[in-house]
Parts: sequence; structure tokens; C-alpha cells
Amino acid sequence: MSSYATAVPSSPASRSFSIYLTETKYELLKFLRMPAYVIPTLTFPVLFYVMFGIVFNGRQTIGSVNVSTYLLATYGAFGVIAASLFGFAVGVASERGLGWLQVKRASPMPPAAYLLAKLLVSMLFSGIVVLALMVVGIAFGGVRMAPSVALSVLGTLIAGSLPFGAMGLAIGCYAAPNSAPAIANILLLPMSFCSGLWLPLPILPRFFQVIAPFLPPYHLAQMALRLVGAPSIGSPWQHALALLGFTIGFLLLAQRGFAREDTRVNG
Amino acid sequence: MADHIRAVASLRDVTKKYGPVTALKEINLDVRRGELLAILGPNGAGKTTAVRLFLGLARAEAGQARVFQEDPRRYSNRTRIGAMLQVAKVPETLKVKEHIRQFRCYYPNPLPYPAVIEMAALEGLENRLFGELSGGQKQRVLFALAICGNPDLLFLDEPTVGLDVSTRHVIWDQIRRLLGQGRTVVLTTHYLEEVDALADRVVVLNRGVIVAQGTSGEIKSRTAQRKIRCSTCLPLADIRGIAEVSNASQQDSCVEIRTSQVEPVLRELFLRDPGLKNLELSNSTLEEAFLKILEDENAQAEEMTA
Repeated sequence: MSSYATAVPSSPASRSFSIYLTETKYELLKFLRMPAYVIPTLTFPVLFYVMFGIVFNGRQTIGSVNVSTYLLATYGAFGVIAASLFGFAVGVASERGLGWLQVKRASPMPPAAYLLAKLLVSMLFSGIVVLALMVVGIAFGGVRMAPSVALSVLGTLIAGSLPFGAMGLAIGCYAAPNSAPAIANILLLPMSFCSGLWLPLPILPRFFQVIAPFLPPYHLAQMALRLVGAPSIGSPWQHALALLGFTIGFLLLAQRGFAREDTRVNG
Repeated sequence: MADHIRAVASLRDVTKKYGPVTALKEINLDVRRGELLAILGPNGAGKTTAVRLFLGLARAEAGQARVFQEDPRRYSNRTRIGAMLQVAKVPETLKVKEHIRQFRCYYPNPLPYPAVIEMAALEGLENRLFGELSGGQKQRVLFALAICGNPDLLFLDEPTVGLDVSTRHVIWDQIRRLLGQGRTVVLTTHYLEEVDALADRVVVLNRGVIVAQGTSGEIKSRTAQRKIRCSTCLPLADIRGIAEVSNASQQDSCVEIRTSQVEPVLRELFLRDPGLKNLELSNSTLEEAFLKILEDENAQAEEMTA
């Protein structure tokens, strides 16, 4: 502009780092100012855990661990899944459906920055939920685990944001802005129950034990259960591979949904 | 050929369909360096589709869109382009300054932050959440995001729709300022007043085809109609009987006559009604020219389908 000097161009590498950083920072701020996301994401898993894992069943044991420890793993998975699924499904559906994503796509923003920012924010909320569950479990549920175990549980569960973020992304690429939260809920609740996240799978009818392996939450929960020393099925590699498969499937689905955007009629 | 060389953006034989609906049909369109090109047309004419093709947000079934002689999706193109699109909702829990900072960081040579605020007249609103802004203020933020990358080529898709007069003039002034700096602007609009005020060249789209293009003066002269208003005791049927009159209608206490030959019609009118008074002459406005073009087009289309 004539009356203003333009800024000195910065080097591509440092600029692209600053794009990713800025994108993540504002994505986080955006969510932090949304109590409708923050409060349920952080409190529901803890409330359910206190109710089912500590108050009602705390003294019983499953295998070599108490119910509080068993359910710490499964409610941890539930918290991560809910945070990632909602963060992506609701965010992407509204930004895509209401035209905002078009403005960003017309800009030189790298598409990866948009997705990575959402993933990092989901991971942050996931981490906070898991830490909160651990604190409650250790303080009130008689949960005992070595710091190294706690860290590996935390890391594994946070990595679980990836497949469920991809699932949320797929929902966000198909659903209308108003229906995305309902669709995410309709998938999240039965999928979590059938995967044994709310009540331990061994005490559920055999039917659930048969269908659970077809559901992605089952695999994340089994990985976490093994780490806390609870009875689990299959090897962690099998589960990791299954989750990777689900991730790829959801990403392909998301891409198909996104491509439909171009076929929408407008002026 | 000269047009091709000077063109900073172009559509070549572009056909775009949405399912069974043809939004654009074999369109050829050049945007010349430094001009303001207005794309004018009724709803559903294909204006937004044309902009989406230029921005690489939609893919044409046939033909190609070019920006700076290359694919619009290229990163190097995106850094030189700004776009203001019709957005139903922008994330509402970010502040004005945060939205602008976020967009500035995407570009290698952004405008300084204070310049963006000044140009979009956002002083004093920087700390407000987007969700708390009025319609006009929101449009100004979207305008700020379009210019913050210091673009050579700016696409504005109905930038002033639903705005009050003063906000519209703020945006018009800034568009003129950008043109004065040698930037190129493509603008779609419903407002003919906006075209008359800003455009170097006009393209009229209807049902996915270009039905007219030229300067706004050329578009007006295409209809070449002038208007005579007067109070007369002559019946309408008699007036319509005068050879050069193309149409006559009663408007309140006056008669409105359309003709391409004012002088002979006036001579005939005075001959038949010496008591004729309140005489007014006017040239057709762009709006009338535009409506006439669309009317002719639609009549033609109906004839073909009949």
C-alpha cells in the first residue's frame, strides 16, 4: 500500500512454522471460549467414572486389578474418543457447511495446518481428561500405578485422538452443521457401550464380546487395559494396526465427502 | 489475442455442472490487469460459480480456469489473490484482531496490521468477538481478510449485499483506492448502482451464459432507449400508434413513452395534443438496460423451448 511499508518477507520455513503455531493457538482459543464443548468434554467422563468406577463398584476386582483401575483405562478411552470425535465433527461440519472453510481454502493456508491444529487441540483436551481421571482414581479409587505405566497409558490414549479425529472429520465432511452433534452422539454412545467402555466387557452378554472387535473404541480400550495390567485380549500391535486401518478408512471417507462439496449448487 | 496476453485471469470454454444443472455453459471471460470487472446477473446466473472456478474451489467439467497464466490452485497464485466470499457464519469466538492476525500469517508479504484495520474501518472493534458484530461490521472483517495478504487480484462476491449505505461507501472507497494502486478487482453484484460507480467493464450473465459485455455505457446503449414523460389527453392506444414508439404506459397522472427516436415522436405528440405539458426526457439507466437484456434473453429462451 502506498502509505504503508510492507513487512519484510520472512523465510519460508520459519513462516510455515509460524502458520502451524498460529493456527493451533487460535483453534485452542476458539474452543476455550466455547463452554458447550469444554464443560461436557472435561466433566462427563469424570462424572461417569466416579459413578460407575468408584462409588458403585470400587471394591470388586477384575483379574488382578480393581474395577477402579479397569474402568480408568476404559473411561480414559471414552474421554479421548468424545473429545476428538466432537472437536472434529462439530468444528468441521459448521466451518464447511457455513462457508468459512471456503475462505480458508482460497487463502494460501496449508490444508495440513488446518487439520493438525484441530488434532493437537483434540490431543490436549484428551490429555487433560485422562490426567483428571488418573488424579480422581488415585485419590478416591485406590488406583496404584507406577509413573512409567501412567505415562504410557497417557501417551497411548492421547495417540488415540488420531483415529477418532479422523472419524469426526468424516462426519464433519458429510453432516450438516446442525445435525453433526446429534450424529456424533448417536455413534459415540452405542459404540462406546458395545466396546465395553462403560461396563467391563467380561460382565456384558456374549453378544457384545463378538461385535466389539468390529468397533474402533474396543481396540483403544484393549491397548490401555493391557498397560494397566487388567485382563485384555489380543496383542497391542494387532490393536494398533486395526486403529491404523480405521484411520485410513475414515480419511478416505472424509475425502469422498469433501469432494461432494464441489457438486453443491449455488449462484 | 492481445486480450489473452493482458489477462491476469481467464475462463476458457468453461462448462460447469452441478448434477443435472448447468451453472456455466462454454464461458469465455478475460480479466484484464488493473481493471474492475463487474459480473452482473440475477440469482442463479452463475456469478458465484465463476468466482469459485477462478479461486480453484470448484473444478470445471470442460475448459479451464487460469490465474496469472497458471492453475488457480497453485500456492504461488494463492499468495497473490484475495477473496471475499458469501459466508453464512465465521467462527464467532475469535476476536476481530485474532481473525486478522491468523490470516496475515498465511501470506509472505502481508499488509501491516494497522493498514488492514484502517482500510476496513475496524478501529475500535479489534477486541470484539466476531459473534458480537453487526452485519456491516462482519462484512468489513471479511473485507479485511480479503485484503490482508496484499493481493494483486481481488475477488469480491457480492461484497455489499445487505449493507447500509455508509458501509457500502466505505467499501467502495477502498476498492477505488486498491484500483488506484494498479490492483485488479473482480466483483459480482446485484446492485447496478455499484457497477455504475466502480466498474470499468461489465459482463452480464444469465442462466450460465454471457448475454452482454462492455463498459456500462456500452451496455446502456445496447438498449438505446430513451424515455419521454408527459401529461397529455391523448389515449394510450393513439400514442402506441405513432410509428417510432416502442412502448407507452400510464404512470400516475403521466404517460411514459419509450422510443429510440425522440425527436419525431415529440413532433407527432405536439401536433396531436398542443396542450401537452410537464415534459421530461431521460436516458435509460443501467438497471433498465440490464432488465431489457434479461427480458429479451428470457423471451428468446422461451421461444426456443416452445
